[in-house]
Amino acid sequence: MYKNFLKIITFLSILVSPFLFTSAYAKTKVGFVYLTTPGDHGWTYAHELGKQMVKKEFGNDVDISIVENVPEGPDATRVIRELAKQGNQIIFTTSFGYMEPTLKVAKEFPNVKFEHMTGYKRTKNVATGNIRFYEGRYVQGVVAGLMTKTNKIGYIGAYPISEVIMGINAFAQGLRSVNKKATISVIWANTWYDPVKEADAAKVHIAEGADILAQHTDSPAMLQIAEKNGALGFGQSTDMGAFAPKAQLFASVNNWGPYYIKKIKQLKDGKWNTGDGPDHWAGNTWGGLSTNMLTLSNFSNMPTDVAKKAQAAHDGIKSGKLKIFAGPLKTNDGKEIIGAGKTLDDGALWGMNYYLEGVTGKVPK
Amino acid sequence: MIEFTPRKIQSSFWTILSPIISITITILIGSLIFKILSYPVIESLYQVFVSPFSRPDRIADIFVKACPLIIIGLGLIFCFKANIWNIGAEGQFILGALCAGSFALLFPETKTYTLLISMFLIGFVGGAIWASIPAILKVRLNVNEILVSLMLVYVAMLFIDFIVRGPLRDPMSFGFPLSKVYPDGAIISKVDFPFIGFLGQFHYGIFIILILCPLIWFFINKTLPGFQIKIFGSSSRASEFAGFNKNKITFYVLLVSGGLSGVAGVIEVSANMGRLQPEVSFGYGFTAIIVAFLGRLNPYGVVIAGIIIATAKLGADNAQMVLGIPKVVTGIFEGMLLFFLLAGETIQKYKISIRKTN
Repeated sequence: MYKNFLKIITFLSILVSPFLFTSAYAKTKVGFVYLTTPGDHGWTYAHELGKQMVKKEFGNDVDISIVENVPEGPDATRVIRELAKQGNQIIFTTSFGYMEPTLKVAKEFPNVKFEHMTGYKRTKNVATGNIRFYEGRYVQGVVAGLMTKTNKIGYIGAYPISEVIMGINAFAQGLRSVNKKATISVIWANTWYDPVKEADAAKVHIAEGADILAQHTDSPAMLQIAEKNGALGFGQSTDMGAFAPKAQLFASVNNWGPYYIKKIKQLKDGKWNTGDGPDHWAGNTWGGLSTNMLTLSNFSNMPTDVAKKAQAAHDGIKSGKLKIFAGPLKTNDGKEIIGAGKTLDDGALWGMNYYLEGVTGKVPK
Repeated sequence: MIEFTPRKIQSSFWTILSPIISITITILIGSLIFKILSYPVIESLYQVFVSPFSRPDRIADIFVKACPLIIIGLGLIFCFKANIWNIGAEGQFILGALCAGSFALLFPETKTYTLLISMFLIGFVGGAIWASIPAILKVRLNVNEILVSLMLVYVAMLFIDFIVRGPLRDPMSFGFPLSKVYPDGAIISKVDFPFIGFLGQFHYGIFIILILCPLIWFFINKTLPGFQIKIFGSSSRASEFAGFNKNKITFYVLLVSGGLSGVAGVIEVSANMGRLQPEVSFGYGFTAIIVAFLGRLNPYGVVIAGIIIATAKLGADNAQMVLGIPKVVTGIFEGMLLFFLLAGETIQKYKISIRKTN
C-alpha cells in the first residue's frame, strides 16, 4: 500500500516540479546555514542580524534562503548541497562543524562561492571569515578589574580550545593592566549553548565569591543569574542588555553584517576572492575592532571614569596602538612566553594551551 | 473512565485505511496552520510532503537520512517484541562508532576492505557490550533496563567527547576536537550509479538494510527463538510455563539490539563523516524508537516508517529554504503526523468506551 502511495507521490511531484522552480535568476541568491535558531540570542542571532543587514543593504537585489537547526553532520552536507542546487551563488555556513561538509560540496560546485565561518581549511571557492573575539575580552578585563570588589572574576568557557583560551588570556591581560590583585577562575561548561549548564556555572562562581562574570558560551543565562544575584557581567555575541538591564556592563557584539555585505558586493562585481588577510588558518579574513567586525555595545552600569578607561582601551586596540599580547608575558606557573619588546603573532595565539598570569588553575588536557 | 478493549477481529480494510485517514487529517490541519500563518498552502504542502521525492538525488538523500534510523529500529524490534525497553540505542550507536573508529585509526595506511569488515564486527561488539550492561543488571539484579540504558547514553556521549578531545585528537586540528581522517579502507564509499553518477550522499552502507530486513523478518516469524521472544513479550508467565529461559531471552534481545545500533553507528560515521567528532549521533537512537513503533514492530514497517520520518525532516529543510517556513512550524507537522498515525493504530486495535467509575 505504502509503495503505491510513494509511487503516486513521486509521479505527481515530477509533473508539478517544473512549475515550482521558476525563481528569478537576475537577483543574487544568497544562502545561510544556521546551527541553531536565531532565538538563541547569541551566536546564531548575531548571524541573523548580519543577514538582516544584507537584506537592508541590497533590498530586492538579493534573494535570501536560510536553513536553521542544521546538525554538524551528514544533514549539513545535504542542506548545503541543496542550497547550491537551488541556485544560491554564495552560501554562508555559520559554524565550525560545517567545515568538512562545506569543502565537500564546494568541490562539486566550483562556480558557487562558499563562506565558512571560523574554520581552518579553505579552497579556491571556500573562504573563511573569523572575528578577533579576544579584542573585546581585553576591554572586558579592564572594566572587570576596575569594577570588582572581591577581586574574583568568574569565567565560563565552552571548551578548552585555542580560541577560548586566547579569550581568557586577553581578558587576563586587560584585568592585570588595571588591577594586579584580581584573579580569574574558569569553569568549563563543555557546551556552546546550554542555558541550564551555563546558569549552574554562574551560580557556582557567585557562590565562590565572584562579583563579575564573563562568558564564552552563547546564551544569556549567565547574565540572568548575575542580575538576580546582584553581580555584574558581560554579554556574548549580541547585546544582551534586555535580559539583564542591571547586570550587563557591555557586550562584545559579533558584527557579521559588513563582512557579508562586502563579500556579496564582491560577488556582484565579479571580484569575489578568498580574502585579503594573512593566509594562515585563522581565516582569510580575521577582523576585529578595527574593521568593525567586532563592536562593543553601550557601556552601562559603571561609573563614567570606568567607561572612559574602557573606551580608551577600545580606541587603543582599534587604532593598533595597544598591543594585547605584548611582552613580557608569563604563564600562570611562571614560564616566560616572550620577553619585553616583543608581541605574540597570530600563529602563536592559535597555539595557546596555557594560561597567562591572572588566571587560576590549569588548562585541561 | 476511558477503557480500551482489544478488538477480537481487526479488519484489514481499516488497517489500510487508518494511515490514509491519519495523513489526510494531518494535511487538513496542517493546511489550516499554513493558512493562518499566511504561507501559500499548496506550495507549503508540496515542499513538506512532495519535494523530498522530486529529484533522484533527493530521494537518495531520504535513504541516507533513514538508514541509521532503520538499522537501529530493526534492532529495537527484538527488544520491544520481548517487552524489554531499550531506550539507550543512542549510546550503543555512539559506542559502536567509537570502537570501530578507534580501530580504524590504528591502521592509518590500510586500503583494503578487510578493515571495513572488521569494523562492522567491532562496531557490533561495541554496541552489544554497551547494551550488555543494562542486560546483566536486569538479569542478575532485576534493575530497570529503561533507566540504565537511558543513563548510559549520557555516559557514552561524554566518553566519545573525551576520546575525541584527548587521545584521538588530530594534532593538526589546532585544538579542535576532531580525530584524524579514517584510512581509505575504512570509508564506505558513495554509490556511483551507472549513467547517473553519484546521487546525493547515497552510499553502499544502505544496502545492508536489504539483507537485514528479510533476515529479521524470517527470524522473528519463522524460527523458534523468534517465537520465544514473541511469547515472552506478550505473556512472560506463559513463556515460563512453556519452559523458555527468561534471562537468556532478555540478555540476547538487548545484545542484538545494541549490536545493530553499533553497526548503524559504524555505517553513519564511515560513510558520512569519515572521522570521529564529538557529536556522531543526532538523536538517531531516540528517533528510532518512534520508527520502531510507527513500523508496528514489523521489519518492513520499520523501513517504511524510517522513510516517512526522514521525508518529514527533509521536507522541513526544503520548506525553510524555499518558503522561509521556520522549523518549529514544520515540527508541528511532524508531531501531528506521528500523533494521528499512532492514534489511528490504537483506535483500530482497541475498542474505546467510556464507563462511569463506581
